[in-house]
Amino acid sequence: MALASSGPMLFYLSLPFVAAILSPVLVRLAGHRGVWLLALAPLAIFAHFLSLADPIADGASFSGGVSWIPAMGVELSWRLDGLSFVFGLLITGIGTLIILYSGGYLKGHPQLGRFLAFMFLFMGSMLGLVMADNLFALLVLWEMTSITSFLLIGFDHNRRASRRGALQALLVTGAGGLSLIAAFLLIQFATGATSMSQLLASPDVLRESPLYVAIFVLVLGGAFTKSAQFPLHFWLPNAMEAPTPVSAYLHSATMVKAGVYLLLRLNPVLGETVLWETVLPVFGGATLLIGTILAIRQTDLKLMLAYTTVASLGLLVMLTGFGGERAIEAAVYYLVAHSLFKGGLFMVAGAIDHGAGTRDIRKLAGLRSAMPITFAAACLAGLSMAGLPPLVGFLAKEEIYAAIAGPDSWSILITIVAIAGNALMLVIGAAVALKPFLGSRPAALDEAHEGSVLLWLGPVVLGLLGLAAALAYGVSNRYVFSPIASAAAGLPVSAHGALALHPGLPLTLSAVTVALGALVYWRLDMARLIVAVLLARIGWGPDKGFDQAVSGIVRLSSGVTRIVHGGRLEAYMMVVFLTVAGVLAVPMIVYGELPQLPVPLTLTFYEWGVVAIAIIGLIAVMLANDRLTAIVSLGIQGFAVALIFMLFGAPDLSFTQFMVETLSVVILALVMTRLTLHKADHRPTRAKIVDGAVSVVAGIGFGLLLLSVTQVPFDASLSQFFAENSRTIAHGRNIVNVIIVDFRGLDTLGEIAVVMIAGLSILALIRLRVRRPLEADARPEGEAAPKGALENAV
Amino acid sequence: MNTVIFRTVAPYLASLMVLFSIFVLLRGHNEPGGGFIGGLIAASALAIYGIACGVAPVRRAIYFHPLQIAAFGLFLAAVAGLMSLAGGNAFMTGLWVFPEIGGVELALSTPMMFDIGVYCVVVGAITSIALALEEREVE
Repeated sequence: MALASSGPMLFYLSLPFVAAILSPVLVRLAGHRGVWLLALAPLAIFAHFLSLADPIADGASFSGGVSWIPAMGVELSWRLDGLSFVFGLLITGIGTLIILYSGGYLKGHPQLGRFLAFMFLFMGSMLGLVMADNLFALLVLWEMTSITSFLLIGFDHNRRASRRGALQALLVTGAGGLSLIAAFLLIQFATGATSMSQLLASPDVLRESPLYVAIFVLVLGGAFTKSAQFPLHFWLPNAMEAPTPVSAYLHSATMVKAGVYLLLRLNPVLGETVLWETVLPVFGGATLLIGTILAIRQTDLKLMLAYTTVASLGLLVMLTGFGGERAIEAAVYYLVAHSLFKGGLFMVAGAIDHGAGTRDIRKLAGLRSAMPITFAAACLAGLSMAGLPPLVGFLAKEEIYAAIAGPDSWSILITIVAIAGNALMLVIGAAVALKPFLGSRPAALDEAHEGSVLLWLGPVVLGLLGLAAALAYGVSNRYVFSPIASAAAGLPVSAHGALALHPGLPLTLSAVTVALGALVYWRLDMARLIVAVLLARIGWGPDKGFDQAVSGIVRLSSGVTRIVHGGRLEAYMMVVFLTVAGVLAVPMIVYGELPQLPVPLTLTFYEWGVVAIAIIGLIAVMLANDRLTAIVSLGIQGFAVALIFMLFGAPDLSFTQFMVETLSVVILALVMTRLTLHKADHRPTRAKIVDGAVSVVAGIGFGLLLLSVTQVPFDASLSQFFAENSRTIAHGRNIVNVIIVDFRGLDTLGEIAVVMIAGLSILALIRLRVRRPLEADARPEGEAAPKGALENAV
Repeated sequence: MNTVIFRTVAPYLASLMVLFSIFVLLRGHNEPGGGFIGGLIAASALAIYGIACGVAPVRRAIYFHPLQIAAFGLFLAAVAGLMSLAGGNAFMTGLWVFPEIGGVELALSTPMMFDIGVYCVVVGAITSIALALEEREVE
């Protein structure tokens, strides 16, 4: 629409990448204080988004972009509507706070610069993902979030658990990415649309397409892996190996919501079908329940939060698939509320870890006097998570109950799931926000202290925002909730959320939730024990399944490798030559295209002489007593062939043949000296017969092929072109060389690159063979040293 | 192989062969020859030198690591192809100049540069393999 505004928007979208390049430099110059400067980048983008708040609230949308691969319909195009606007605000707003928080959390870490660079790379990818209009640009950025997430989870790469978590996340989300590629290709095939805007402009095409089911399944493959839906949720808790700022940013507030984003984005075109409204609530509901139950089991603050994140993502998916604008509205309320309180709680968990030295909830108590600011922030976030007034989490919960409560059995079932999930979520929210701070402080925590401003600024701001969004619900409805709900529902929606107690069903359900939650909270230790026993009884989980699948794949591939790559050169050669013989001889015989034999041969006596030399050489090879003689005899045959080239008017070819033959004899002889072989090549008679037969067939095949090629009428147009133009265009009389360096120069460039790489790899192979025995043998130093010395002396 | 005659003659033979290889390289555009053949001749020259006198003198004589020579060759060939882009022509369009030096017209061109690149790659890659193999033999 407004292409004129594409300039500044692309500039803002590229800002995180610029910051990524600058951050190592800035950190080297200014240490962790550099984050104050770096945080200006996301802040600037945030401000730019805010400046567009009014038109977005009025229902406008902006788009623009530049062309990337026009032939394939790939563009770097962006689209700013309510959905990408709110996501953009969350990514850049929370991003600003997280960058500051990272500076405090990793203060003095030697790799802080690299960490911030990864964070900015992620921020840029995530922002691009939600802004992308073109389907393929979205895919690229989707994969970039997976890769940057991998780098961030594995940031502490000296630890095995970190590496495992990173790899697991990459494999799971990467598999989802593949599924999404297939989905988008099918979407393009079914509708011809290459961008979200085109897709949203004709909403019914996809639903009526015969490919709908395939597209639906593949889209879910992408969304469910990214948003950690059961049974693919296991990577998210394992991703908690990352430093806490990463958990707060990627694995609660932003990246894991990419799947939900995709579902909301595609809701107008894929939603409102029976399939959509069954599969999504079932998986979402299961994820909600399993996530909260597993969260109860945990004692590590971060893991408790991680499992509730899984649960919240399940709740979001369930609401997205429930159907109707009211459910979408509830989903977006919860989405925003969750980003605010979960990001804040993770930062609180990190601050507690930082200040008290542990994240184990059983060891934490009484920190309120030591960490009063963190406690205040924790209360704001925890109350919001628990869904209590006057916080935005309360608005979300009221909306959820208002949306799903109904008289039919499906609604009742979903409502029960939601109540159970919300109650357990309340338990965890209260546990994380209150347990570490209340009670009397154990002696082990005497050293606990408040962190620097960098550490508490983030959670405090997010907590206050959660409060403000609820208190000033008129403003937040107009600028945040209505636009995003409209974009996700595909038609104008005005958000209903209000900070008031409406007596009625939703309020009753809320009360039930709170009562149930309070009950479990009172008996939290017992609940944890019950879940632990249950889990131990089951024993197997998707996390173990993942390991089993990975090791199964490794076993399979090593088995296949053992079969096809046995390590016997003879076997490889036999396969190659049998294939050659078969490919050459069989088609000619089957299709009756055998060439006519050129009898009688008309050769001069000296030509006969050269042929005789070649044959003598071959006989010498077969009769040779040792390998060296055989190699040299093979050279005789090669020279004879070179002579034949000469006699038939190909001096260049002949010249080359001479040199190649010489060098191969030299190099073969040198190779022989390095292999531990018998001097002579003794083979059993059976092997001799088989080898002989295969080589005769391969030779005859080549001979027949050459004969039939020469008997086909020759198309001389290329030769004529070269002959005519070699002198005039390329200033050379030697056509062969002109072809090599000029007419077909590109081929030659490729060939010499291959020669170069072959040289490199052969050198590596030779060197490897020299080193291996020295290192592998655990010989005493004294014995190995003279060897090395000798080598140096020579 | 290590006869006195061979060891005495090898350096001269090798230098003659290298000289010849350059001749073959340069005449290639009009007569039989070219970078590939020239490179093979030079590589055999160095192989002979190595077999006769050991690897260390060869490494000293060529000064650079053989793979550096090969890499330089590949670089030169690629640059030769890229030069035409500056004039807005397609990749690898041949550019020619015919300066007259001392009354003799010289033909300098990017294909020639390219051919020299091919020569270097062939010499470098093969020599690196041959020398590495010979080194072990001595040990």
